[in-house]
Order: sequence, then C-alpha cells, then structure tokens
Amino acid sequence: MAETAFAPIHEAARMLGEKKISSVELTEAILDRIQAHNARIFAYLTVTPEAALAEARASDDRRAKGQALGHLDGIPIAVKDNMCTTGVETTCASKILKGFVPPYDATVITRLRAAGAVILGKANMDEFAFGSSTESSAFGVTRNPWDTDRVPGGSSGGSAAAVAAGLALGALGSDTGGSIRQPAALCGLTGLKPTYGRVSRYGLIAFASSLDQIGPLARDAEDAALILQAIEGYDEKDSTSVRLSGPGPVAGLDNPVKGLTIGMAEEWFGPGLDPEVKAAVLAARARMEKLGVAFKSVSIPRQDYALPIYYLVAPAEASSNLARFDGVKYGPRETGVNIIEMYKKTRSAGFGPEVKRRIILGTYVLSAGYYDAYYLKALKARTMLRNDYEKALTGCDALLSPATPTAAFLIGEKTDDPLQMYLSDIYTVSVNMVGLPGLVIPCGFTKTGLPIGMQLIGRALEDGKLLGIAHQYQKETDWHSRVPGGLSG
Amino acid sequence: MELATESKAFCSCATKFGAAPNSQVCPVCMGLPGTLPVLNRRALEYSIRVGLALECKIARRFKFDRKHYYYPDLPKNFQISQYDVPLSGNGKLELGNGRTIRIKRVHLEEDAGKLVHEGVGGGIGGSTAALVDLNRAGVPLLEIVSEPDLRTTAETVEYLKNIQTLVRYLGVSDGNMEEGSLRCDANISVRPAGTEALGAKVEIKNMNSFKAVERALAFEAGRQRKEIAAGSAILQETRLYDEATGATKPMRSKEGASDYRYFPEPDLPPFTVDPAWEEEIRKSLPELPAAKRARFVSVYGLPEYDAGVLAADRAVGGYFDLVVAAGAPAKQASNWVMTELLGALNAAGKGIADSPVGPRALAEMLALVEKGTISGKIAKTVFAAMFSTGKGAEEIIREQGLVQITDEGEIRAVISRVLAANPASVADFKSGRKQAIGFLVGAVMKATGGKANPAAVNKLLQEELSK
Repeated sequence: MAETAFAPIHEAARMLGEKKISSVELTEAILDRIQAHNARIFAYLTVTPEAALAEARASDDRRAKGQALGHLDGIPIAVKDNMCTTGVETTCASKILKGFVPPYDATVITRLRAAGAVILGKANMDEFAFGSSTESSAFGVTRNPWDTDRVPGGSSGGSAAAVAAGLALGALGSDTGGSIRQPAALCGLTGLKPTYGRVSRYGLIAFASSLDQIGPLARDAEDAALILQAIEGYDEKDSTSVRLSGPGPVAGLDNPVKGLTIGMAEEWFGPGLDPEVKAAVLAARARMEKLGVAFKSVSIPRQDYALPIYYLVAPAEASSNLARFDGVKYGPRETGVNIIEMYKKTRSAGFGPEVKRRIILGTYVLSAGYYDAYYLKALKARTMLRNDYEKALTGCDALLSPATPTAAFLIGEKTDDPLQMYLSDIYTVSVNMVGLPGLVIPCGFTKTGLPIGMQLIGRALEDGKLLGIAHQYQKETDWHSRVPGGLSG
Repeated sequence: MELATESKAFCSCATKFGAAPNSQVCPVCMGLPGTLPVLNRRALEYSIRVGLALECKIARRFKFDRKHYYYPDLPKNFQISQYDVPLSGNGKLELGNGRTIRIKRVHLEEDAGKLVHEGVGGGIGGSTAALVDLNRAGVPLLEIVSEPDLRTTAETVEYLKNIQTLVRYLGVSDGNMEEGSLRCDANISVRPAGTEALGAKVEIKNMNSFKAVERALAFEAGRQRKEIAAGSAILQETRLYDEATGATKPMRSKEGASDYRYFPEPDLPPFTVDPAWEEEIRKSLPELPAAKRARFVSVYGLPEYDAGVLAADRAVGGYFDLVVAAGAPAKQASNWVMTELLGALNAAGKGIADSPVGPRALAEMLALVEKGTISGKIAKTVFAAMFSTGKGAEEIIREQGLVQITDEGEIRAVISRVLAANPASVADFKSGRKQAIGFLVGAVMKATGGKANPAAVNKLLQEELSK
C-alpha cells in the first residue's frame, strides 16, 4: 500500500473512481503508516482515526450510490493545528491552548468536508506559526522525512512532513512569511500561498491578520489546484476575503507556457544563496526556456527592506492577536493574587520563548512614541515594496526566484540565533507583504539528496496561471515524484 | 450610547437586555481564536443618522482601530473602535439659550461584557469570584464627543437631554441613562473670570442619571475652585462620581498612563460611504426636535413652553399634529394633550401609541366644546370616560345625557328655585357682598348636574338678582 500513500490526489481519485481501492482501505493504509512512523517523524499532534474512518465510510457509500462529490471525495488530508476543528483539540502547538476544543469549524474545514475529504488529524507546527523550522512547537520537533536529523521547515512543518512521508495525500498549511512555501521547498513538495483574500481566514487562529493565508501542500501542482479550488472563494464571515470570478485554478492547468514571460531579479542571486540552490533554479530556468518561456531581468530595488518590514509588521499584529490568550475563557490558567498577576503568570507559563520574543517586539513597535517611527514607517515601506513588485510584474506573467537560501538545515543549527532563523524567509516574506500569490515547486536535489525548491510569484488573483506554469514544468520533470527512502511499510 | 440594533456590531447575536448570562454570544463576540468581525450595516446606518442629525460631515472613507487593554470583560483584550478617522465630525447642537455646542466627532465601537462580583456587597472589594457575562460584549456603541463649549452645569444637562431626545426621535437608541443605554463621561475645568485659556481638565465618570451629572459637575467645579484658591494646581486625572456622597473621588490609578497602542484593525478593510446611500438616509430623517419646536411656534403660534413639551417626544408631537389636522384649534389641542391626555396616560402607565383616545377622537370632542354642546368642565368628565372606555365623545354625551343646557328658560327656572332656596345668600349679595354670587352660581351648576352653560348662568343670575 506504500504506492497509494505516495500517490498524488488526482491518481488516488482515479483509483477510487475505478473502484481499485476504497476510501476506507486508503484511509486505513495511511492510518497504519501514521501509527508506524509518526513517533519518529512527529508530523501529527492529534490523529482522529475513528472520525476519519467514519468519513471514509461515508465517502464509499456516496460513491456506491454514484454520488461522489469530486476529486477530493474520500481523500485523506492533514490539517495544520492552527485551524479550528469542531470537537478536536486545536493548540497552535502551544501550551496556552492545551485543552482548547473549538465549538466551530474554520470555513476551509467546512469546505473540505463539503468536498468529501477525510480529515486525518492536526499537524504539528511552530508555536502560533512563529518560525521556520517547527522546532518551537511546545510538544515536540517534526523531522524532515528526507533526513530525520534535519528540519522540515516551518511553520507548517508537520503538514509538509506528513505529505512527504506518505502520512497524508495532501495537507492544509498557513503562510504568513513563508510557512507553506519554505517547508514545501525543504520537503520536496508543491506549496501555494494564495493571493491575500483568496481563501477565507475565518477559523484560522491569527498570527498576522494582513499577511496570513491558508493554502495547500501537495505532491504536485494539479493536487494543489484541486485543494485550492475546494477551499477558495468569498466568505461573508471574513471581511478581507474577495469574490472570485472565472473558471477556477483547475481549468487553467493545461494552458501552454509557450510565449509567457517570466522575470528574475538580480537582487535574489546575491551572496548568502547556496550555490547548489542557485544552480538548480538556473537549470529550471533553462528547462522552461526550452518550453518556450522568455525570461527577462527585473529589479526589486527595495528587496532588502522586506525582512525588516516583515519583522515590524508581523509581530505588531501578532502581539495584538495573541492578547486574547489570558486563561480567562479557555486553556490553562495559573492563579494570582489579582487579575494582573493571573494574566502575567498564565501567559508566562503558556507561551514559549519565540512567542514571547515576538509579542514583546510587536508591543514595543505599537507603543506610544514608537508607533510612528516603526509601525507606520513599515507600512509606508510596505507600500513602496508593493509598487516595486507591481512594476516588476508589468510585462511579466510571473517572477521566478529561489524558495530558500539553503536546503534543509540541521535540527538545532539555527535555534540559538533568531536572526539567522529569520533569514531563511528572505525569499518568501515579501510575497506576503505585497499580497501576491507565491507557489513553490521542487526543482532539484542537493548532492546529499535534500530537496531544492523554486518560487513562482504572480499577479494578484493569478494563482491559476502559476499552477499552470508549474504543471507544465512538472510534466517535463520528475523532482516532484521522488519519495524519501526508509519510509516503506 | 448603545445603538438599538437587532444584532451586535460585528456579529449576528441578539442585543436584547436582560437575557440569561452568556446566552447571546457566539464565537465572534466571545473573541474565540480564529474568529473575525463583520460590520453590522444597520449600526453603520444608525451612526450616519445621528451624524447627519447633528449636522456633522460624514467621512467618505473611514476605518476602525484596535484599542488594547486587558480586562476580563473584554474577550479579545482589545476593543474595536475608531481612533483617527472617525465616522463623522464637525457638527453642532443648539441649546435653548441660543448657544451652539460644537460636536467634535461621532464614532462607532463595540461594548465590553459585564462582570458580576460574587461575595459581600456585590462590589469588587472583598469579592470571592468574578463572573463574566459576555451578552453585552460586541453591542454597538456610538460615542459623541463635544468641543469644550458647555459653560454651565445647566447647559450640560440640557445638552444631554437634547441628545437623548434626538436619538429617541431617530429611533436609534433608547437613550436611557439608568439602563445604561445612554452613558456620559464629562471633562470639566475652571478658569478665572474674564480669561480665555481653559484650565486643566479632569474627567468624571460613573454618573448614571441627569441628576448625577448635575451634582457631580457642581461638586467638581467647587472642588477645583477650592484647590486653586488654596494655591494648588489641578491634577489632570480621572475621578469617579460617588452617588452616595455626591462627591468625586480619584480613581485608583493604574501604573502609568494607559497606552492603548491603537493601530488600524486589519480584519476590517477601510469603508466607503456611498453618497447615494447617505442621501437616502438624510431623506429618511424625521423632522428633528428643534425644527418641530420651531414649527409649532411659528406655524401654530404656540408658546415656547408648549412647543417644548409637545416636541420632547416624537410620538406626542406627531399625535398633536394629527389633532390639529383633524380641525382642533392649536392652543386648545395643546392644552388638552399636555394636561389631560399625558396625565391620563402617565396614570395608566401607557405610552401615547397605546392611547385609547386617538387624535381624531380628541379633535371631535374639542369641536363639541367649541360648538357649545358641552362645557369645558363637562368635557373633562367626557374625556375621562373616553379614555377608560375607548368610546367617542358623542356616544358618551348621549349615554350620560351630558349635553350642555343653554336654553334660557330652562336656566331661569333653575335659578328661581335656587334663589328661593337660598335667601341668606341673596340678601348678602343685595347688601353689597358681590362675591356671594359665586355660591349661587355653584348651586345652579350643581342643580343642573354641571350641564348648564356657566356663562349663561352668570348672566341670567345677575339679571335675576338685580330685579
């Protein structure tokens, strides 16, 4: 059954449709693998086998009656543990939410269920999504299935590891500064951060409200398009969600790439970029040129400000969004002689060091006397960066950049130097800042067998075009089909 | 003030007062992780109504901001409010003395929940537990801020009452201080007579009625004067009014001034008010109290006092308009509405909308008085019967035989009987005590069951007595 565990969703859907396998069989196979491998990989915080099998049975029943719901019907999916699931503990990998059981489903969960997907459980993550390695989870470190001494990336490390290790056929992650795309790159997967507003944030436990987006982690672009299509679209419960028009991302997958123009910025290939990563991205460019894509040079003059702007805006919004965690309504509560004591002790005990770091930073940035110099200035710089990207994308269908400066690093390698850790997001954060879609797909491997990813950046709401370019590239290459060794059975 | 919308500001929970604790809540107003606010359009409409009624400029584009502080009744530990780009501003309200009070801004925000303290006395001191009720969390509040134009305590109370009347007229709030749907924080300073620059201001909170506002501000003004006379500077602070003593006391201060760390609410994009919608709302505004008062004075010729009483309640003013429209003379209608009708309604605990006597019925009765069918005195009896039975004046007059006696022959006959029965009074009158006629008029009225026309009785009695 190992083959089905690593099959893309569109393959599994075909097999389900041809009755070669049932959803229950598929789900049981995945659950067995989780049982065998999760202790080591630690992709999942919570597994919900009974509920998953009940959903699988319901799917098989529908299919037997000729009422299958579509490509995701009966497909086992993992969900990052920052999306609310009714009746299932949702922790954001934090002690302060241990025992929090949401009474409602996030909109994306409702939509996945409506598409018939089988939800296997909740995936590990960096605490409150603050991180690039999943090492800051309060409950344990997730290991990269390609090399278990290395990180899977973060903050959606559990989601990425689950798919890469055949412990789910696809997963939902969230991305604020690269948290879907960077793990996708480090784990050899296809990961999409949709255009801001394309996917509802209702039920996503917020990190930075103006940057967060939910998106798919999958084996290929077609799978990513299938998941996106099921979850995207206007939600009246999310005032920042947008109305979509047109046929949807799946329809455009087969659009030819011949005649498209892709821009690459000089600023992205400076020092600090690992030579193997650089080589793989340039080789991918050559591949695409053979498919008829024209490349041109563009400039993002303020690229260097992206990370500083991000580390002002994101923690500011995070410090506000995390104010509600105080032990009054849910989660663990420490005792104090008065309410202030109670708040201090509860939050000190409940939050990990990286979360505290960002709350303090964010609070400072918003405080009287500093707001203008930091937050307001960052917002202005953000607008300028958006202008840079819009200018670069005039005359281009998309931009191509590396996804990460290096392949997967060792567990513990960057935990002593937060700034070093922040630099892993250097290619991804600007895309969140400007609200554009960003898609990461595998484009090679290092000599030591670690995946390398590249990033396509598109114009607002042109997520489908990016998926189409990726799909055509994936028809010519097989990086995305490789699976890590040592994970059979 | 609390806006009287069906749903809360950012979710669709009910806003009814008095429900069981935490029965009108949902993940959004409880601030559960992952939830997002959605603006209640009706709350926005009501806010624009108030802005227009106060002659404010409605912002074409406005936004919300987060105001951060920690308290158990504030589920997100921030309040969605408006900081630097409020919904409307630069308006005005006129007082009876002709002074104009400028309105600085009107903005929309959400309310916090309520804490109930368990233990001795129900207050926070010595309590054993605090119970959190989030029913009120998320209810829309409209905050109106005036410029420091009010000059006396009386002006301040009048201003507040005008705001109350206005928002009730607009149907946007109950405007009730005792119930908390109208709240007031006041900033007050004193300065030497003849100087322009305003003194250091002190904020006063916890005034729960107009009377309390009056007492609190009077006390505080006095306190500030004493401090200055003693050579001390006024400390800019927040003080609480104590209902029991009538004094203001300093609030237990928190460590340092509050830094609310305002920043734009990222979950609510900036809003644009469509000019066509604003125009629609403007057109739908009812005639406002000041305009109604002015009309009652200029068109109906009513005295200011009458106009004020009738216009204080939109429904009463509307009723009055209908009485006049049905043909009753304005001053007479005004007297009857102000005295008899409102008196009867108050005694019966009814609002004018439930009056058993409708405006037409009242006008018909007044026409009968005008015609002389009944006297003014009898009319009061008729009215009372109309109020308790809901029947029309004609029917009651017929049933009770209350038609006024105007026939001279009939009256003279009664006069003869009365004069014969009261020789002492007749002698009194004839010996020069003219007041004695009062007793004789009373006797004639009594003998006719009050139905004789008093003017005719007077005239004929005078005639008979001079014979």
